[in-house]
Amino acid sequence: MTTESNIVEMTLESDLNRVEMVEEIARRVSATAGFDEDDQHKIEMAVHESVINAIWHGNKNDPSKQVWLRFQIFDDRLEIRVRDQGIGFDPSSVANPLKEENLLNVSGRGIFLIRTFMDEYRVKKLEGQGTEVTLVKRLNSNNSGQ
Amino acid sequence: MSMKSTLRQVDSVIVVDLSGRITLGEGCTQLRELVREQLGKGTKFVLLNLADVTYIDSSGIGELVSAFTTVSNQGGQLKLLNLTKKVHDLLQITKLYTVFDVHDDEAKAISSFEKAAGA
Repeated sequence: MTTESNIVEMTLESDLNRVEMVEEIARRVSATAGFDEDDQHKIEMAVHESVINAIWHGNKNDPSKQVWLRFQIFDDRLEIRVRDQGIGFDPSSVANPLKEENLLNVSGRGIFLIRTFMDEYRVKKLEGQGTEVTLVKRLNSNNSGQ
Repeated sequence: MSMKSTLRQVDSVIVVDLSGRITLGEGCTQLRELVREQLGKGTKFVLLNLADVTYIDSSGIGELVSAFTTVSNQGGQLKLLNLTKKVHDLLQITKLYTVFDVHDDEAKAISSFEKAAGA
């Protein structure tokens, strides 16, 4: 794990048991960035869902593949990047879980929760290297997300 | 911390006291097996007490939905008891709060099964 005054960076193996540790780091970084407890929980959940997606869907739970994470605190926001070594996905292909016909679907709520809890969610395919998602939460944002 | 469960029989209802994390992996698998096992024993009424659930993720929510539909499809009923604020908020956000029958009083929850069964 690398830490500068405003950056925390780490590489994880694809192991679901690592996720709880990442949540703890997300909570601490969020607190350091100045977010209140409610927002810390939202950021923690968004990071949890992103790392789960990277391990489970991106790296297909392959222990030889890694997940890279970077938290960067700016004056007005926290930016989190999560990179896997998978083949990527199209977030627009995920069905809207709030539609009546999808309400009882067992899966498909992870990205919805990330979008609800964060101010920005971007997906970038890294040619031949995997996929990187970027999560942004602004300080004093109006995104209540409940 | 993984998920733990304790089962109690109250009248015709199996009350499952869950604690810990219902997340992708162990927590979800345990919940799925528990519900399957109860249905195999002929249980029709299941009340999941979520008071001590510290964390639930999108997979955990999916597992609750799966448990609900599995029990319903077998002619039974699955209800939720004592949601924490975090779980309550997640069910609201995902519009599932109105799908589940949610209670905060165990005795009333138990009697609601009986009323439904007698109806």
